[in-house]
Amino acid sequence: MDQFLQQLVNGLAIGGIYALVALGYTMVYGVLKLINFAHGDLFTIGAYLGMTLFVSLGLAGKVPAWAAVTLVAVMVMGLVALLGWLLERAAYRPLRSAGRLSAVVSALGASIFFQNAVMLIWGAKYYVYPETMRPDTILHLFGMGIPAIRIVIIAASVLLMLALYWFINRTRLGTAIRAAAIDQGAARLMGINVDRIIALVFLIGPGLGGVAGVMVGLTYGQISFDMGFSYGLKAFTAAILGGIGNIPGAMLGGMLLGLIETLGAAYLTMAWKDALSFLVLILILIIRPTGILGERVAEKL
Amino acid sequence: MFLELDNLHAGYGRVEVLHGVSLHVDEGEIVSILGANGAGKTTTLQTVSGLATWMSGAIRLRGEDIHRLPSHEIVTRGLAQSPEGRRVFGALTVLENLRLGAFTIRDRESAARTRDWIFELFPRLYERREQLAGTLSGGEQQMLAIARALMAQPRVLLLDEPSLGLAPLMVRAIFETVRKVNESGVTILIVEQNARAALRLASRGYVLELGRIVMEDSAANLLANPSVQQAYLGA
Ligand SMILES: Nc1ncnc2c1ncn2[C@@H]1O[C@H](COP(=O)(O)OP(=O)(O)OP(=O)(O)O)[C@@H](O)[C@H]1O
Ligand SMILES: [Mg+2]
Repeated sequence: MDQFLQQLVNGLAIGGIYALVALGYTMVYGVLKLINFAHGDLFTIGAYLGMTLFVSLGLAGKVPAWAAVTLVAVMVMGLVALLGWLLERAAYRPLRSAGRLSAVVSALGASIFFQNAVMLIWGAKYYVYPETMRPDTILHLFGMGIPAIRIVIIAASVLLMLALYWFINRTRLGTAIRAAAIDQGAARLMGINVDRIIALVFLIGPGLGGVAGVMVGLTYGQISFDMGFSYGLKAFTAAILGGIGNIPGAMLGGMLLGLIETLGAAYLTMAWKDALSFLVLILILIIRPTGILGERVAEKL
Repeated sequence: MFLELDNLHAGYGRVEVLHGVSLHVDEGEIVSILGANGAGKTTTLQTVSGLATWMSGAIRLRGEDIHRLPSHEIVTRGLAQSPEGRRVFGALTVLENLRLGAFTIRDRESAARTRDWIFELFPRLYERREQLAGTLSGGEQQMLAIARALMAQPRVLLLDEPSLGLAPLMVRAIFETVRKVNESGVTILIVEQNARAALRLASRGYVLELGRIVMEDSAANLLANPSVQQAYLGA
C-alpha cells in the first residue's frame, strides 16, 4: 500500500509534466494541423534556462528555495514562450501558404537548429540541477516520506492546467482559439485575426513546455541535451492518447501515461518502462485512433 | 453607393475565377446574385470578405477601398457574412457561436442588446442556447449562421445560399427573417439557388456566368425575363 501511494505520487508528477508538454503539441496541432517537432527542444531549453538563471541570478541562500524556484519557473515560462513566438514567426508563418510538407520540413529544421544551439551554448553533456535549487523538504504522509517537491510539482501542473482550461473555455480569446481550430475561414469571418491567435498558441504551448523542463530538473535532478527527444515522444504519445487537438485530452493523456508508466514499471517490469508507453501508443492507434476524448475526424477537419 | 465591386478579378491562389465583376448595392437595398453552379457567386462573396485572393480591380465599402484589408478588419468596418454551408462552430454552444459573432464588438452592453434582438428574431435559438451547434437541425444551423453574422452589427450582410437543403417551411421562415433584418436597416447582398424567392425579396439582381456579370436589372424585370426564367427560375 505504501509503495502504491508512493508510485501514485511519482506517476502523477511525471504525468503532469507529460501533460504540460502534450498541451503544446495539441494546441499547435489544433490551429495549424501541424506537429511542432521543435516543441521537445523548447522543453529542453526550458530545463537548461532554469538551471542557468538560478545559478547566474545568484539566488542560492539569499531567498528561500521555494521563492527562488517559483521566480525561475516564471522567468523560464516567459522566455520560452518568447522563443516559441519567434519560432512561429521565423519558421512557420512565412510558409503558411506553401503546403503541409514544407511546414513539416521547417519543423524538423527548427528542431535541429535548437538542438545544436543547446549543444553550442551548454555543451553535449549532462547537467545536475544545483542542490540549493531543489528544496529537500520531506513530507510525512500515511507513515511514509514523500519529497515535498513532487507534491508541489503535481499541484503546480494541475494549477497551470486549470488556468489554461478556464482561459480556453471562459474567455473571449480562448473561445477564439477553439473557433480557429475548428474552421479558420469561419473564424476570420467573425473578425478574428487568426494570425494573432496562432501567435498566442505559440506563446502558451512553449511557455508551458518550458516550465515542464524546469520541473524535470527539480524532480530528477539531471537534465541532458537530448532529453527533449524522449520526453517529447512521450508527451506526443500522451497527446495522441487523449486525442490530438483536444486540450482536456492532452491533460488526461499525460496524467494517464505517467500513471501507466510508473505503475507498470513498479508492478510489471522495470525493463519495459519505456516500451510500455509505445505499447500504449500502438494500442490506441489500433483501437481508437481518435484518442480517448478525440472528436470524430469529420468534425475536426 | 454602399458596396461597390469595380472590375474585380479574383480567385484562389493563381487561379482566376472572377474576370472583371462590377456590381453595386445601395444603402438599404437587397440585391441578389443569380448564377449556375460554379459561376463564381461564392467566390465573389469570399473575395469581398477577404477570404479569396484579390487580383485586381476594387472593392469599396462606403467609398473606402477594402480589397487590401485582412478579413478581420473588413468585419470591423461593418461587413459580415453568413457563408455557404453555414460553417457554424459545431463543437461550441449556440451562445459561444453568437459570442464569436460579436468578437469585434468591444461594447458589452451593445452586444447584449444585439443578442436580445437576435433572440427575438430567432426564438428557437434562445431555446437551444446551451446546445452544441453541431447538434442543431439544418434549419437551426442556418438561423445560427445568420444570427452569428448579425452579432457583428453589420451595415452590410452577405448571405450565401441561406436556403440550401432546407424544407419549404423553413425556407419561408429564413426569407421572412432576411426581410425583417433588411427592414431594420441592414443592406443585403444575397446569393441563392432559390432564385425566385430571392428576386421577390430583392430590388435588383445580377446574373453571373463563368466569372462575368452578363445581366443586371430590376428584380421585377429579371423575374419576367424569359431567358432568366428558363435558366434560373425553372420555368
Ligand atoms: N478553394 C478553391 N480553390 C480553387 N478553386 C476553387 C475554390 N473554390 C471554388 N473554386 C472554383 O471556382 C469556381 C467558382 O466557384 P464558386 O464556389 O464561386 O461557384 P458558385 O457560383 O458559388 O457555385 P455553387 O452554386 O455551386 O455554389 C469553380 O470553378 C470552382 O471550381
Ligand atoms: Mg456557391
